[in-house]
Amino acid sequence: MSQEIFPKTSPGTRGLVYREPLIFERSVSGRTGASLPAAGVPEADPADEIPAELLRGPIEHFPSLSENEVVRHYVRLSQINHSIDTGFYPLGSCTMKYNPKVNEWAARLPGFANAHPYLPPEQLQGVLELMWNLQNLLSEIGGFAATSLQPAAGAHGELAGLMIIRAYHLDRHGTPRKKVLIPDSAHGTNPASAALLGYQAIELKSNAKGMLEPEVVAKAMDEDVAALMVTNPNTLGIFETHIKQIAEIVHAKGGLVYGDGANMNAILGVARPGDLGVDVMHYNLHKTFSTPHGGGGPGAGPVSVAAALEPYLPRPVVVKDGDTFRLDFDRPKSIGKLRTFWGNFGMMVRAYTYIRELGREGLRRTAELAVLNAQYLRKLLEEDWHVAYENPSLHEVVFTDRNLKETGVTTMDVAKALIDHGFHPPTVYFPLIVSGALMIEPTETESKETLEAFAAAMKAIYERAKTDPEGLKRAPEKPVVERLDEARAARKPVLRWTPDFEIPF
Amino acid sequence: MAQTVPQDLRYTQDHEWVRREGDELVIGITFFAQEQLGDVVYVELPEVGAEVQAGQPFGVVESTKAVSELFAPASGKVVARNDELVDAPEKINQDPYGAAWMIRITPKDLSELDALMDAAAYQKFVEEQQ
Amino acid sequence: MRYHPHTPEEIREMLEKIGVSRIEALFSPIPEECRLDRPLAVPEALDERSLMEHLEELAAKQPKVPPFLGGGAYPHHVPPAVDQLLLRSELYTAYTPYQPEVSQGTLQITFEFQTYVTLLTGLEISNASMYDGATAAAEAALMAVRLSRGERAKVVVSRALHPEYRDVLQTYLAVGFEVVEVGFGPDGRTDLEALRGAVDEKTAAVLVGYPNFFGVIEDLRAVAQVAHEKGALLVSCTTEALALGLLQGPGALGADIAVGEMQSFGNGLNFGGPGLGFFATREAYLRQLPGRICGATVDRSGRRGFVLTLSTREQHIRRERATSNICTNHGLNAAAATIHLSLLGREGLHALALLNYRRARYARERLAEVGCAPLFSGPVFNEFVIRAPKDAPERIQRAGLAGGLQIDCYYPELVDGLLLCVTELHDRKRIDALVQALA
Repeated sequence: MSQEIFPKTSPGTRGLVYREPLIFERSVSGRTGASLPAAGVPEADPADEIPAELLRGPIEHFPSLSENEVVRHYVRLSQINHSIDTGFYPLGSCTMKYNPKVNEWAARLPGFANAHPYLPPEQLQGVLELMWNLQNLLSEIGGFAATSLQPAAGAHGELAGLMIIRAYHLDRHGTPRKKVLIPDSAHGTNPASAALLGYQAIELKSNAKGMLEPEVVAKAMDEDVAALMVTNPNTLGIFETHIKQIAEIVHAKGGLVYGDGANMNAILGVARPGDLGVDVMHYNLHKTFSTPHGGGGPGAGPVSVAAALEPYLPRPVVVKDGDTFRLDFDRPKSIGKLRTFWGNFGMMVRAYTYIRELGREGLRRTAELAVLNAQYLRKLLEEDWHVAYENPSLHEVVFTDRNLKETGVTTMDVAKALIDHGFHPPTVYFPLIVSGALMIEPTETESKETLEAFAAAMKAIYERAKTDPEGLKRAPEKPVVERLDEARAARKPVLRWTPDFEIPF
Repeated sequence: MAQTVPQDLRYTQDHEWVRREGDELVIGITFFAQEQLGDVVYVELPEVGAEVQAGQPFGVVESTKAVSELFAPASGKVVARNDELVDAPEKINQDPYGAAWMIRITPKDLSELDALMDAAAYQKFVEEQQ
Repeated sequence: MRYHPHTPEEIREMLEKIGVSRIEALFSPIPEECRLDRPLAVPEALDERSLMEHLEELAAKQPKVPPFLGGGAYPHHVPPAVDQLLLRSELYTAYTPYQPEVSQGTLQITFEFQTYVTLLTGLEISNASMYDGATAAAEAALMAVRLSRGERAKVVVSRALHPEYRDVLQTYLAVGFEVVEVGFGPDGRTDLEALRGAVDEKTAAVLVGYPNFFGVIEDLRAVAQVAHEKGALLVSCTTEALALGLLQGPGALGADIAVGEMQSFGNGLNFGGPGLGFFATREAYLRQLPGRICGATVDRSGRRGFVLTLSTREQHIRRERATSNICTNHGLNAAAATIHLSLLGREGLHALALLNYRRARYARERLAEVGCAPLFSGPVFNEFVIRAPKDAPERIQRAGLAGGLQIDCYYPELVDGLLLCVTELHDRKRIDALVQALA
């Protein structure tokens, strides 16, 4: 029964799926999709009070459509869009797991959706309790003393983490220090965040097994280094086994260890970065904790810290006084505020709902099955595809296009070919230390037969690369558009519709 | 496919080329460089009159997937800049040694060119990279 | 567990293929001394009914009435069509559109969003959205500094700009920059003389609200003049995007960068997040624009299509030379705004803005009649500050209403100031009840 490819996919059958022009091109003057209440108050003229040059009438070129036309337009656009609800995304480092529907229901409860951030705390006890609970859950899951839910995204959490580190050094040593150590396998946000705060990013080379060696860290570590940024498991899916020793080396010279929590899915309930010497870490609620990617966002990037760093957390933090919850702004050593209000509450509701549904056992089970799925897929693919690093990985694995070198077929071609087979491509060309990288993370929510169907598609691509590389390079041929001219988009940027819009439909 | 490396030029390790034309030096990037970059979409070059230093960045070249600094092979003052590359950066892909010259400078110290690779050495260098 | 498809039989088969006998063996790369030696101290799993009851209980503790409150987050009507479209799986469970061939839905919506932002602001280019208005403002200041090629490291900001925006600006600009605040006058607008005194050749940008935290509409053209005199850029910050349905676009009045918050379109309050930051500027500044950008192009067969473009500015390529460390845009919030704006349409947007203005004006005038006069003389849109009794919040609550913000926590000298917002959610009856409560 596992010999068959099930289900048989028919990617790209199109009947009654439409390409759509821009909403502005569908506009017909005089139509409306709005239903507004009567004023019920005097129809005063704004020109009485507001100077004429600050006023304008209806905006030129704003479209006019009926509600049904608007709906049809966006329904059609949705139908030419892939999503995790449609099919598998083997995207390494993204943890594209299923987005539970009860999360969406919870986030839309009027008591959550209509809560204003500036209401007095007595009127906000439910939302504050949820945040307080989530703070504690995340602290426990990662092995930390305290958590801030304020950052809006993983990169934002990273920025917060580095600011916390900077504030700590200024406070303790009178200097922020100058350098941050970053492994060469790190995500691009790591050096970008460090640079934003004026730190020099020092690259540390991973060894032949894709891991950080204590000696390499020791050599680079001195009293000018504010922190080491580490991802564990790292971006290759490999657990940094020397993490404890490495953390000690950094701490011995007064430095701190920053953890990028993007890969928490592999170790939930199995290991906790806070127990391993990590001082501050950000989570990605849109990765590990199932909040939907929304076509690019929103996400959320809470940051958790060891006790010594708690005073520096962004303010406010939710605290419990006796039986009531409130926002605590009285935090003189805080790094301050990183965005308006208290955090992406809409995403917190979803993540909280998820964690409460899974519970203690479910979280650990998630890690177990995430790793099981990745290792099973690795076994299926290893036969044909070159694995970048021989040593075992956890929840993701990195392959390369090396075995196809003579055919001229590249990782990019493989990615595009997968689309014609009904699969979103894996992460490609990342991490940068692997040439032609294909990073695959199935997550725990994919079934055995989906993994086998994916492996079968990869096998078919492998065979075709050997027999018909030119044909393969034409992919993708089935989606609504073929390969797009990205050079043109960058050379002659067209970033909005205007009445003289030149690009033909 | 290895393209023949023009014999009359000298080369840096960052894949810039330089040609002597009378009292001036003409500078651009090599075939290998543009091949590595992919479709070039943008290039940023210094103003006429600016000073450039050997080994220091003088500009930036961008493709759809990468961005790279341009390093000066020699020190001097910029006397001309190829403004055609602003509207047509793809020339860098099409004709890296000819129409896609980037800047002309009056050199400070011609002996700096001795530190650069000749065509044979650069060819070897490129082969090792691949 | 309903999200984990694996049966014991399947697990057995998979383990066999891998070549181990237990799942635990797969964690062998994690040394013993790194393992957690106890279960997580997290509650047990909940079934769906229990889960829903728990969440309903928490949700029930917040008020059910629309608050008379703005201050950067605005209570507006979101048409059911918006949410139902947003619940289409293909939109909300989609990934970032890095593979454009299969993401044309997301990309085209993003392109439409960018277009709407340029129409609302009157500036030429927009990015694909940011976390919120405050981070957009901070990024605008950083961009202005970059555009000055590092020659200018000073930013001048109006004290009438939203306090949290200023707070975030200070946090982002804590290292290596100077942030100077300039006060406001009795009209609630930025003091132009003080501004002129503060702006110099070291100033990269001037930031003001439009409208500002007091709801007052700044004389943007005059502020632009002061900024440009010394070669500084004007950054206008709009917290209530609906205002742009009635007010002139900042670009037409001289703003070089227009940022702000578009939560008012299509997105509920959500206790303050996720928001929807917008960022628009002149075409000449394109290469310094932070965040994701969507562009139009053609495919191999000449068909129109959309792609993320100019990504070499971003962190995943530039790494330490990136224009910012941003990895995300608020795609789904942007989609909600795009859909809502499309439903409102040209006439509807203007009519809704006018409706807000009129309801707010009615409230203002009636409140003035009962002794709660406006604190400032400057023109306002749907938000304003009145002189109110000290126990205003309690009175409002006792009347079964919600809202009103005492602003002396941010402006200690404005002791009796109460910030109110009136929108299409507040009908005449409710406004009258508010007036009665504060009389």
